[in-house]
Amino acid sequence: MKYVKKKTVKQVKPVKQEPRWQTKISGGNFVDKFHAYRNLHAHALFSSLGRLVASRFSFAMTVVVLAIAIALSSGFYILVANLQQLAGNLEASNQISLFLKDDISEARASKFAGTIKQNPDIQEVKLITKEQALQEFREHSGFGEAVKTLEKNPLPIVIQVLPKNSLENDQALEVMLDDFKRSAEVDFAQMDMQWVKRLQSIMEIARRGVVLLSLLLGAGVLFITANTIRLELHNRRDEVVIAKLVGATNGFIHRPFLYSGFWIGFFSGVAAWFIVTIIMLILKQPIEKLSGLYDDTFHVVFLGFTETLALLFISSVLGVVGSWIVLHFQLRQLKPE
Amino acid sequence: MLEFDNVSMRYPGAGDVLRNVSFHLQRGEMTFLTGHSGAGKSTLLKLIALIERCSRGRVLLDGQDLNQAKDRQVPFIRRKVGLIFQDYKLLQDRTVFDNVALPLVIAGYGHHEVSRRVRASLDKVGLLGKERKYPAVLSGGEQQRVGIARAVVNKPPMILADEPTGNLDPELSTEIMHLFEQFQQVGVTILIASHDISLINQMNHRILKLDHGQLVAS
Repeated sequence: MKYVKKKTVKQVKPVKQEPRWQTKISGGNFVDKFHAYRNLHAHALFSSLGRLVASRFSFAMTVVVLAIAIALSSGFYILVANLQQLAGNLEASNQISLFLKDDISEARASKFAGTIKQNPDIQEVKLITKEQALQEFREHSGFGEAVKTLEKNPLPIVIQVLPKNSLENDQALEVMLDDFKRSAEVDFAQMDMQWVKRLQSIMEIARRGVVLLSLLLGAGVLFITANTIRLELHNRRDEVVIAKLVGATNGFIHRPFLYSGFWIGFFSGVAAWFIVTIIMLILKQPIEKLSGLYDDTFHVVFLGFTETLALLFISSVLGVVGSWIVLHFQLRQLKPE
Repeated sequence: MLEFDNVSMRYPGAGDVLRNVSFHLQRGEMTFLTGHSGAGKSTLLKLIALIERCSRGRVLLDGQDLNQAKDRQVPFIRRKVGLIFQDYKLLQDRTVFDNVALPLVIAGYGHHEVSRRVRASLDKVGLLGKERKYPAVLSGGEQQRVGIARAVVNKPPMILADEPTGNLDPELSTEIMHLFEQFQQVGVTILIASHDISLINQMNHRILKLDHGQLVAS
């Protein structure tokens, strides 16, 4: 026979014999369990986000309130960071300037500088002659032309004294300063950078202020989130009770609320970042204009990458912790009837 | 499947709600629980669903002593029991599909498996095609069938129904009862609390009768 009819063989798929009516109490092998776990988390993550988006208005209000609180503390933080940069540019040395009396000759001044140098507490001594001082004044003060018109150099000889760092002790410095003041050659002695030290002390206070303010506002964020989640829990009471009745674990019930807290915190962090950045952008131009008038040493500092990450992380964690507190104390009272 | 061994239940201030109740349900048995209001029917069901724990005696479900169950085991025991309520207890803001899918989502089933099982379950109760509807637009009988679909969707070995036909007319009630019989035929143990004596008598199944917390007929 030439023609053989091809017989189509129906492939019988081996059907996995599953017991007809059996409950799967907990997933079988590890892979199944992992998939189940992943499904549960994905479900909670997206259902909580969906629910927040659905309740646009109240979600937006909560986020704005939290964002303002977070922006306040991070804004204060960035303000201090900027001031710190400013103070950091100024070296806080204990340099003392001795302005010598007008009738002291350069030779005598040089001799006087030599005797100062012999003091073991002195690190460095620099003599600035009248001519050098005038030169410097011409270059930096902007009054060069005016100086030219003077008949006589009005500037005194200056000796810059840098005490050793071991002499950090302010009292010892004061004693040294007083000694200089009493010297016959010295007309006037002053500690140059004392104001920097004062500024730095103020900065230290400001830094602590930021920490305290952040703690306070952080607690505020925590409780606002907690209250939001408490309302949410109250609104979804039926759902929680029904879920419990059909075998939901506490983990399953907690998860969407924890994710809600996470989203609230996260979006508040993002909004706070925008608030701070926009404020800094508004301030940037006038500050840099001002900075331009002072040797251009100062540039506005924005929230950096690490700081932004920290901001988002802290606000998300506050959201999660806030909702956890509520779940921990409120959910026990929700018993199915 | 289910065994009550000298079970007593006392609420503080209310005295004994159940007194020395003992009975045994075989796997695949369909049983009615009846008695006047306040006879302890709901309390008895609550003990099985672990909403309450008995004061004395033992409740054994599938060989497990429910009084010994730890709190973290409770959800897993509840997954063995499909619950059906007089007021259906459906989530009004979710579609029929989402309502029925809830036990599967809780158990962590994947999307496709959930979809397949929900459809199968809705098919069984005759509501295939109404997945996208919201409970509010369904009739009472349909809502109860959604409740039943939810109770059976993860194939529990036991179904508990508390006055499942309490809000339904006689015709729908009979329909619902026949639906239960279909589940019994595939081996599910069913316990239905009801005070609708005429309906119960029609059905020709075992009847447990409670009177003031005591089992008077079995």
